[in-house]
Amino acid sequence: MKQFRRNKFAGPVLVVAALLTIGSAFSIASALPSAQRSEVSAQSTLVDEGKQIFLKGCSSCHGLNAEGGAIAPSLIGVGAAAVDFQVGTGRMPMADMSQQAMRKKPLYDAAQTAALAAYVASLAPGPATVDPASLTWERDGNVAQGGELFRTNCAMCHNFAAQGGALSNGKYAPSLMGVETQHIYEAMITGPQSMPKFSDKTITPAEKLSIIKWIKSAEAEPAIGGASLGRVGPVTEGLLVWTLGLGLLIGVAVWLAAKAR
Amino acid sequence: MKTSERVAGNVAGYIDDRTGAAGWAKKNLTKVFPDHWSFMLGEIALYSFIILLLSGTFLTFWFDPSQQEVIYNGSYAPLSHVSMSASYASTLHISFDVRGGLLMRQIHHWAALIFMAAIVVHLLRVFFTGAFRKPREANWLIGIGLLTLGIVEGFLGYSLPDDLLSGTGIRIAEAIIQAFPVVGSYLSYFAFGGAFPGHVFIPRIYIVHVLLLPGIFLALITVHLMLVWYQKHTQYPGPGRTEKNVVGYPLMPVYMAKAGGFFFIVFGVTAFLGAVASINPIWLYGPYTPGQISAGSQPDWYMGWLDGLVRMAPPLETHAFGHTISWNILIPGLILPGILFTGMALYPFIESWISGDNREHHLLDRPRNVPNRTALGAMSLSFMIIALANGGNDVIATHFHLTINGIMWFTRFGLIIVPPIVFVITKRICLSLQRADREIVLHGRETGRLVMTPSGEFLEVHEELTPEKKWTLTQHEQPAALAAPTADAHGTRPRGGLKGKIRARMSAANAEQVPAPTSIEARELEGGHH
Amino acid sequence: MSNEIKPFENPGLPEHAHRKSDVDAIAANRAERQVAILFLLSAVGTIGTIASYIFIDSKKFIFLPILGDTNAQQLALGTGLAASLFFIGIAAVHWAKTLMPDNEVIAERHEFRSSDADREDFVATVKERAGAAGLGRRSLIKRSMGVALGLIGLSPLVLLRDLGPLPKNEFATTNWAAGVRLVTDPGNRPIKPSDLEIGAVAQVLPALPEGTERTLENIGKDAVLLIRIRPEEFNLDAQRLSWTHNGIIAFSKICSHMGCAVALYEQQTKHLLCPCHQSTFDVTRAAKVIFGPAARPLPQLALTLDADGYLVAKQGFTEPVGPSFWERNSA
Repeated sequence: MKQFRRNKFAGPVLVVAALLTIGSAFSIASALPSAQRSEVSAQSTLVDEGKQIFLKGCSSCHGLNAEGGAIAPSLIGVGAAAVDFQVGTGRMPMADMSQQAMRKKPLYDAAQTAALAAYVASLAPGPATVDPASLTWERDGNVAQGGELFRTNCAMCHNFAAQGGALSNGKYAPSLMGVETQHIYEAMITGPQSMPKFSDKTITPAEKLSIIKWIKSAEAEPAIGGASLGRVGPVTEGLLVWTLGLGLLIGVAVWLAAKAR
Repeated sequence: MKTSERVAGNVAGYIDDRTGAAGWAKKNLTKVFPDHWSFMLGEIALYSFIILLLSGTFLTFWFDPSQQEVIYNGSYAPLSHVSMSASYASTLHISFDVRGGLLMRQIHHWAALIFMAAIVVHLLRVFFTGAFRKPREANWLIGIGLLTLGIVEGFLGYSLPDDLLSGTGIRIAEAIIQAFPVVGSYLSYFAFGGAFPGHVFIPRIYIVHVLLLPGIFLALITVHLMLVWYQKHTQYPGPGRTEKNVVGYPLMPVYMAKAGGFFFIVFGVTAFLGAVASINPIWLYGPYTPGQISAGSQPDWYMGWLDGLVRMAPPLETHAFGHTISWNILIPGLILPGILFTGMALYPFIESWISGDNREHHLLDRPRNVPNRTALGAMSLSFMIIALANGGNDVIATHFHLTINGIMWFTRFGLIIVPPIVFVITKRICLSLQRADREIVLHGRETGRLVMTPSGEFLEVHEELTPEKKWTLTQHEQPAALAAPTADAHGTRPRGGLKGKIRARMSAANAEQVPAPTSIEARELEGGHH
Repeated sequence: MSNEIKPFENPGLPEHAHRKSDVDAIAANRAERQVAILFLLSAVGTIGTIASYIFIDSKKFIFLPILGDTNAQQLALGTGLAASLFFIGIAAVHWAKTLMPDNEVIAERHEFRSSDADREDFVATVKERAGAAGLGRRSLIKRSMGVALGLIGLSPLVLLRDLGPLPKNEFATTNWAAGVRLVTDPGNRPIKPSDLEIGAVAQVLPALPEGTERTLENIGKDAVLLIRIRPEEFNLDAQRLSWTHNGIIAFSKICSHMGCAVALYEQQTKHLLCPCHQSTFDVTRAAKVIFGPAARPLPQLALTLDADGYLVAKQGFTEPVGPSFWERNSA
């Protein structure tokens, strides 16, 4: 078949053409369902969308009507704030049925979280989602007062530097480093899992802003005296002495007493 | 004669005219000190003490122990306008507004932790090598005294800044004082000048911390060193070393250079820690108030075992005839530590009673050759480590995803079960090592080289040990166990019979040894096969 | 088996092995140079320390791996100081190891024990001179001296009496009494039941009369934890139930074990946890101890409402708050 001698570019051109064909076909095909999806959401309300997500991802533990059950509490009355906190920090849906929901990468994006929050809010009145823009902690918070409040109300669980602490039976108060301000505020008002609620009358909104300011200040505080060793106190300090401290010194002693070559 | 030599001669003459020091100085400049790295552990403690004196004096130039309430207006913004005691405020001042202040605070605190750690490893070395035997029992007692006072001194020291963490520690100490039967509430009111926390406790412990205890330390350390100097240091067994000599290097120039150099090294390492590692960040703890507490509140490590014992104590209290006795505080906080430290202090006398050995010892034991003592030491260490671990159970729980309840129960049972197991395992390991020594002396070192004999047999070549090594492995004494007192010919039981029987039993356990090779066995081997 | 026959003789000190610097002048000079460099490194460290004191801004921070953002002057001062000290030490030790004589020297130990003659002389001297003092014979002196010396130690002890006041009834006295309002800590705001949601907790102190300063000694006995749960979740006897108000219950925050602040409330389990020694108290059962070394429940404060609807104490605590002591009478 000498007359059909291949062009030396034939191979690559064929591959590119195939890729383009398959790619276009795929995007056309996948565009169709999403077009269908946005059509649907345009018609339903946020609450309905939230309910759909809820039924798929939450009802197996929290009940078909969010009434709760043996393994999960009722969500009726917890408010949009609780949903924004739990779902926004990735705690919910729980990865496994352990003692405590862990903070992790959120499964749902902001829009889906808002939908879920709207649905739960529709069940019964409860605290609303906190808009981070409304938390004017930098302007209105008092960092020193925040520290006093933190040490009286928060440090016994979360530790003096907000690094977290142990509760009974494997539960723990998590570190507050790197937590969004609205999630801190929502945690205070909704009291997630073991954490109690801190009502606005006992810790006023202004005081809550001060607490947030102090937490952010602690987070931003540099390692003034050197490596911070975890900011958990004497345990890691003692560990450093017995490893690096004595290790270095005994090492030098061994060298000192050894005969030179 | 050079000028410098002439001047030196004049100075020396001046002093000698008035004190007769030349003869004494000449004798001591040539004094011999054995050289081994494990003999430097006590030095780490000694030099840390000097570092504590120097850095501590620096701190006293700025520290104010007063409990007067002040409003903070220094440079640390998160505490501005907060009400606090002058002691806390002055510590903040040192940390943020005195250049080098935070460095000195950190050097001081790191030096304190190293001081205690060095005392412990030094104690372990002295214990496991039997350096506490006659004539050094007094030095052992002084050492236990230094250990105990060191724990107190450290606690008082880190309580001076009156921060939330150390204030909590003082609260717990007050509860121990208060728990004393009959006089507890009075002792507490006398110590604190009234209700807790009061205004006088920290100023009072300040004087104890900077004057009283350092003075006692100086005196005890001086006697401790003088005894080592006068009795001469012990030495490890080896070729050329006997009970009647001491082999090593002279004070001048070698020991001076090495020991003096080591002081600078210890200081340098401590200063390095003070530069790169944050310790006791009191500005994060906040000023002390009894209404606040932090998760993960612990004392410094050398008190962690006490905290661990208190945490695992069962909730025992007796309420009778209108009075309360808190066994849940007294037992772990006072009675058990009292028994432990008394036992530690009396150990040289207990051991000499068991073994019946009242001779002087200047050659150290290799720990494997005294299996009972080594096992006892390992057992006590495991006890302390379990107690120490429980002292940090909440920090361990959060970092290793365990539960504080689980750790508590584990250590409650572990404290009783693990030490005897450690005893048995350690003793067996010691005896195995003795067996290994015996084998290597009799059969030589396995070289791994194979040789074929003319008859076709494969043999591994064993290299005979050098005479020096053989000596080191076999020089140890293996005294027999004491016999139990027996009834005499008329059948009269001897006086002190029960005590004697206990002694004999313990002596027998103590004397369990793998016999070192005898000359007969050695000669057999030399003549026969290898 | 005892080891009377020591088969292996003590071979004596092994032959002295020479170091390179002992036999080779070049190696010795190299060692000398090394020692010199080390001493000079120390000098560099000192200069660095002083320079950082003078020239580095005490407010400047610098980022380093592992350390993070750290204060530049503190780091420079510290590492400079560390270097200046450390290298002197290394120099001295290296000098000793390489250049100073390392021949092992043997010195004799002498027996400490004095000769028998000396010992006898000593005993005789003491006996003779004690006898001369007449202590043995003159028992009147001995006894009266005993009385004097025995008593002399008492005066210093008595002089310490003013270390502190007598406790009297103060362990059982707090600022809580009938009608005293509960106020927030910090903030000093009175509290209505509607201020607390179910699952909420508040740190409270007693309202003090106008102008009274709140001292740490007060807080150390007055601190109270206010908790609200569903009323049906209580498991209390009638009297203790009457001390609650509509699901709101109050306990002393001062741990009955060793006095730490028991402020840690687990909302779901209704347990209070003291972070010091992990004593755990069950709120639904009047702070009964369910784990840990505490032997007694936390004292409960009886609550009621005043005319304006604020939460007040119905009465003071019925038992001393805080850790136990000898005179404490209640279980």
